[in-house]
Amino acid sequence: MTIDYQALNDTARQLRISIIRSVYAAKSGHPGGSLSAADIVTALYFYRMKIDPRQPEWDQRDKFILSKGHAAPVLYAALAERGFFPKEELLTLRQLGSRLQGHPDMNKVPGVELSTGSLGQGLSCAVGMAIADKVDDRQAGIFVLIGDGEIQEGIVWEAAMCAAHYKLDNLTAILDWNGLQIDGRNEDVISVTPIDEKFQSFGWHVIAVDGHDMAEITAALDADRITDKPTLILAKTVKGKGVSFMEGDPGWHGKAPNEEQARQAIKELGGTW
Amino acid sequence: MADKIATRQAYGEVLVELGLSCLDIVVLDGDLSKSTMTTHFESSCGSRFFNIGIAEQNLFGVAAGLAASGKTVFASTFAMFAAGRAYEIIRNSIGYTGLNVKICATHAGITVGEDGGSHQAIEDLALMRVIPGMTVLNPADAVSAKALIREAAEMKGPVYVRLGRLAVPVVYDQADMIKIGKARCLREGNDYTIIATGIMVNEALIAADQLAETGMAIRVIDMHTIKPIDIEAIIGAATETGGIVTAEEHSVIGGLGSAVAEVTSSFAPCRIERVGIKDVFGESGKPEELMVKFGLSHREIIKAIKALQGQAL
Repeated sequence: MTIDYQALNDTARQLRISIIRSVYAAKSGHPGGSLSAADIVTALYFYRMKIDPRQPEWDQRDKFILSKGHAAPVLYAALAERGFFPKEELLTLRQLGSRLQGHPDMNKVPGVELSTGSLGQGLSCAVGMAIADKVDDRQAGIFVLIGDGEIQEGIVWEAAMCAAHYKLDNLTAILDWNGLQIDGRNEDVISVTPIDEKFQSFGWHVIAVDGHDMAEITAALDADRITDKPTLILAKTVKGKGVSFMEGDPGWHGKAPNEEQARQAIKELGGTW
Repeated sequence: MADKIATRQAYGEVLVELGLSCLDIVVLDGDLSKSTMTTHFESSCGSRFFNIGIAEQNLFGVAAGLAASGKTVFASTFAMFAAGRAYEIIRNSIGYTGLNVKICATHAGITVGEDGGSHQAIEDLALMRVIPGMTVLNPADAVSAKALIREAAEMKGPVYVRLGRLAVPVVYDQADMIKIGKARCLREGNDYTIIATGIMVNEALIAADQLAETGMAIRVIDMHTIKPIDIEAIIGAATETGGIVTAEEHSVIGGLGSAVAEVTSSFAPCRIERVGIKDVFGESGKPEELMVKFGLSHREIIKAIKALQGQAL
């Protein structure tokens, strides 16, 4: 099967436009880490995962958990684009009464598999979901997106040890390695490298990819799993990817653009204001 | 002398019974299965038992994931490491989500004994009670523990069950009529009321019996459900008797005493004396010695009733 990379890249661009629109409308939120993950999330929701927006609770579905829950705008953008809820609703992000909470709420939004936001918990819960699928002999994949700053949390390593111990080859974690966290570069705050060797030593199979190269991402998602081992896709990314003035600037971790900036961002992404 | 059985022992037994009849039940433990008694479930339903090791944050995160996938999850460790170590995981992954996890925490309170203050959870009821939607149970004996855990397994949503290490007297003859959210009146009486929870229920009964010899009719209520608390039973005690003594193997801050005072202050102000641990940490010692040293015996309850007698509202 040939993969239409152009179509996937177009979808990723649409998600980025939705991220800017929703964060601008909310006047708060996390654009940087949402933009860095847009290609990965696109590959999952529009290529790899078996899901059915008409049956969000379909019991044979693959599941995605956004462990870095502050990147909610990219998840909401993907779910809306995929038809889980109307795209217009994206403009209600973070507002009183909206289903689209600042961090994802599984009890409010169809398609959100788990409420996340407190870092590290999503990976731990994903381990539980992967165990559940093993217990029930369900042939589905559990995919979880984690941040690079997030792996400073101790629970990540508890969960990593547990996933290897229980041989969860149905679990794939994708690490959005944009190198930045709120206070600056990971390496200046608390060093996280070498990430690949850390996970390998914890018993994981590690695949390194360019997190903005759709061919590499889809190939890693399609690659044969190593029997009895969980997989980490270490995706090198650029925080704020796609918007020139946000790229590589930790200041855009948790800040909304003003109108001029939002117009500029959408223009760069090929959208119309 | 009545039989003495630890509530954790009752938990281990009822878990096997539940596990054999309900295939959706999965049990997790944090390297304490021989102490929490989940080892019996492992022996009989091994494919649904997972030891998560000494990693309590992950223990409750994994529990949440299993519950999100439709399992009824029982997750056990000591109360200190459940309510304490893993608090924010429980709050966000189990409380905020409302997932179907039964946190069965053993070795609660100072009757842990010799391990000392670092291992004696005296604040777990307070910590769990403040989480929206969390049902909080504190059974008095083996019979009520089994009844309440069976009901917890049937209901959807998060439940915290406080269990003890120490073998304690059985106070119930039979399990019928023990319902979550419904306090049990174990002695009728209109002079004063003792509202007790957990192992203090037996001390309350001893206190009531001794006071009966002096002609006082003491109402004794087993408040096995700390949340949602039985408001009617508390208002009844406040309006029909001369005052309330609360008794708990827990800090006097934030637990049963506070919960009762919250109800009376809104609906039926009355005098309350709180018997419990007086805002101090525990220490090593034999459980029985610690009960006396930290003011958790029937003698303290009697003193509290006397204090009420001397101080009408």
